[in-house]
Amino acid sequence: MTIPFSNPDRPNSYIGKTVPRPNAAKLVQGRGRYVDDIVLPRMLHVAFSRSPVAHAKIGEIDLDEAKAVKGVLRVFTGKDLTEVCTPWVAVLAHLKGLKSPPEHALAVDRACWVGEPVVAVVATTRAAAEEAASVVMVDYEDLPVVTETMTALDKDTPVIHPELGDNLAFRRLHEEGDVDAAFESAHKVVSASFRTARHTGVTLEPRSILVDWNPAEGQMTAYHATQAPHMMQTVLAKHLDIPESRVRVICGDVGGSYGIKVHVYPDEVATAAIAKVMGRPVKFIADRLESYTTDIHARDHEIEARIAVDADGKILAMDVDDWTGIGPYSVYPRTSAIEGNQVVNLCGGPYDFANYRAQTTVVFQNKTPTCQYRAVGHPIAVAITEGLVDMAAAAIGMDPVEIRRRNMYADDAYPVTSPAKMKFEGLSHHASMDKLIEMMDYDSLRADQAEARKQGKYRGIGIASFIELTNPSPFMYGIGGARISAQDGCTVRMDPDGSVVALSGVTEQGQGTEAMLSQVVAEGVGVKPSNVRVITGDTQVTPYGGGTWASRGAGIGGEAALQAARALRDSILEVAAAMLQAEASKLDIRDGQVVDADTGEERMPLEELGRIVYFRGDTLPKDLPRELVQTRHFITMEYPFAFTNGVQASYLEVDTDTGVVTLLKHWCVEDCGRVINPQLVDEQIRGGIVQGLGGALYEEIHYDEDGQLLNGSMADYLVPMAAEMPDMQVAHVETPTKESELGAKGAGEAGTAGAPAAVMNAINDALRPLGAQVTEMPFTPERILRALGKIDD
Amino acid sequence: MTEMFRDKIDVSLTVNGEPVEARVPAGQHMIDFLRLELGLTGAHVSCEHGVCGACTIRVDGDAVRGCLMLAAQADGAEVWTVEGLTDTNAISDLQDAFVARNALQCGFCTPGMLVAAEELLSKGDVPSRAEIREHLSGNYCRCTGYEAIIDAVESVAQGRAGKGKT
Ligand code: FES
Ligand code: FES
Repeated sequence: MTIPFSNPDRPNSYIGKTVPRPNAAKLVQGRGRYVDDIVLPRMLHVAFSRSPVAHAKIGEIDLDEAKAVKGVLRVFTGKDLTEVCTPWVAVLAHLKGLKSPPEHALAVDRACWVGEPVVAVVATTRAAAEEAASVVMVDYEDLPVVTETMTALDKDTPVIHPELGDNLAFRRLHEEGDVDAAFESAHKVVSASFRTARHTGVTLEPRSILVDWNPAEGQMTAYHATQAPHMMQTVLAKHLDIPESRVRVICGDVGGSYGIKVHVYPDEVATAAIAKVMGRPVKFIADRLESYTTDIHARDHEIEARIAVDADGKILAMDVDDWTGIGPYSVYPRTSAIEGNQVVNLCGGPYDFANYRAQTTVVFQNKTPTCQYRAVGHPIAVAITEGLVDMAAAAIGMDPVEIRRRNMYADDAYPVTSPAKMKFEGLSHHASMDKLIEMMDYDSLRADQAEARKQGKYRGIGIASFIELTNPSPFMYGIGGARISAQDGCTVRMDPDGSVVALSGVTEQGQGTEAMLSQVVAEGVGVKPSNVRVITGDTQVTPYGGGTWASRGAGIGGEAALQAARALRDSILEVAAAMLQAEASKLDIRDGQVVDADTGEERMPLEELGRIVYFRGDTLPKDLPRELVQTRHFITMEYPFAFTNGVQASYLEVDTDTGVVTLLKHWCVEDCGRVINPQLVDEQIRGGIVQGLGGALYEEIHYDEDGQLLNGSMADYLVPMAAEMPDMQVAHVETPTKESELGAKGAGEAGTAGAPAAVMNAINDALRPLGAQVTEMPFTPERILRALGKIDD
Repeated sequence: MTEMFRDKIDVSLTVNGEPVEARVPAGQHMIDFLRLELGLTGAHVSCEHGVCGACTIRVDGDAVRGCLMLAAQADGAEVWTVEGLTDTNAISDLQDAFVARNALQCGFCTPGMLVAAEELLSKGDVPSRAEIREHLSGNYCRCTGYEAIIDAVESVAQGRAGKGKT
């Protein structure tokens, strides 16, 4: 039986409705339990002495003063930890040529970036551990520092890891069609350089881990703010030499992740190693400076790109040369080549054209390692693509909406394969654009813009179409050899009181996973969502799964939950049929009652069925299956990724005297397939947009030429705050994926993917009459004034 | 840590309406005192720099950064945290509105955000959206994009004003 989603009045119709989040009430009451809220008996605290220089040989280490601090119990150097913890190398077989040296939990001979952990101090209080860490004395013998991306491969640039031969981590060239011929014969060619700044996630809750080793049981328990508990279980087991079955990772409330908390961090592995050595619980909570210097960075790209169009605005070819610097190590185990790889995969995404060349060059440097952060590669690819499309439109005098309409894949063209060789099952670029134009009232906005200009105000409209990669299959990591599950599972059971418990391998980071699961299971079984208790984030309890990343929670975890719930429904009905002497196919479950499917007449409440099964099983036929528990797993098979699409628009005003951009309004139409909970999806989009707006206008990590990070505080690295952010109007087109019954694709990254490009195009739309253009993010007042020629030193 | 910071100071204050007497290290921040000594983990620590607002608590009627105040300064103070405001139903309409509007995702900013919002609402008039945004501009939220928070606070302001009239 399939669910008639088109009928909103069907019984148990919770999928598609806004239902309350079961975990929201506790969070507003301050009853959340984040890692730092947990206190265990005999718990210790670890703090790290970190490299103050970007590249140095580690000489003499003097620990006397640190050991003398009251409360300090033990101090560990890199060498100490090599005895209990093996190093890792972050490469993947399918990213051909990717190389990276072994990385240790604490630096052993050499420190390679400012912030790399070198010595760990364990004390009875965090204050004592931090104080002692600050008096650890290390002789750092300076080595040459590499900071620039574009010169990292030059002959006279020092090689950071001599054993690797050069500073090239990864390079990939993709070529389709005859790009050079297309450019030669084109009506118009437009070129531009783009720059996206180094960002970091700035999760409000810093990275946090508390590890307890119980030698009596040979069991490690890690309370970890993570997105991928099972992946961490595997990693800790492997590098600390513990059987995988004896590592339990518990992920309770997490204070924001956005990709920051899906990676393996040396200081967190060191914390686990130390807990194992000391046989006591050890807690590590990063402080804000540590967050800036050691949370992964991302988006540090420099790009040269060009586009060729014919006289009708049809795109003939795109050519993209992308460079990114990833720090001294590829990050384990997802690697730091994925972002550049995504740029190659995603440029030109919405458009039907033939000739495409893109190359990404990924180099080592002495800065904080970069890795996957919300919307991995998308904001870069969308800025390149949509920036070029707008420039091409301006060059041939065409409206930016019109040029997109002429090039986007037709809504009935699917399935198609893009020139980047991405397979699209079903997208809705035109329907989404139509909806956006209507929602924002494009024509009157243009009129308003013209009116404002008469008054000397420079307002701009920016449009950005995009595709987004969600629901990844093993093609993302598994085929490369990483033990990162693309499959996810859900166990659903009915307890004697007729309530339902769902245990899922996907995790809650605030996006509403548990609400989504509760409503999917409620509909699948036939109970109220409030009668479904959801349990996530415990490797000892939930089915094995990948966790929460790449917008997979609803599409993959949700489908597993739906299938498990439907199977439980069948099990319940089989028992009910025996008890009621009816045919299972003539019965249904609605609102916690077994009913006649045709008439809706109530036959038996689930708690009565539960009472009989659990306490009076003697009254049931001997051979009747009575397992009121079912598990299902789901994995996508037909497409490597479920692509989604959308389009955003920004309306803003540029003050041409101060260079300040004021965001007036923002719109987004996106298609994540079946919307399970409209409110949660909309708020994912809004939160994502604002994260993208931060990248467009404020966020940039600065380094000096010695590799010193210059703005490691929230006062210096600006993030979006309430006063500057616009209201956002969000709408949807729904093209469900046919790979699953639920039909859901991911929604968590679409906002971040498109917002920076929309803002860039809006600023350039505003500045075009003045002959100015910006392509280097963030678009600070200074950069805008430079573009206007008002500063030129 | 210098000797001065090792000094202990006696404080006597009320926290969430209950009397508290303690000997605190001179250098201990109020937020650490609440979280570590009293087990009040509702307010959070994030920037420890006075910038993010995660540690916002109410001290003598004002919304205050718990990371910028020393516990030693709280002698004689009346302190409220989200736990006490919850137990006394002082902000239940605001909490309900946050849940209904999904004005929280990970919830890490929420206890501080609620205290800051209540400070504005307690002035009694109905603030404009721009005023709400301005008042909350010291409270960082990475998850929501703020709009839902503004909506929730606005609806409570309107709700309370409506009730005042009848
Ligand atoms: S922790 Fe106090 S303001 Fe950030
Ligand atoms: S809800 Fe996560 S920081 Fe605000």
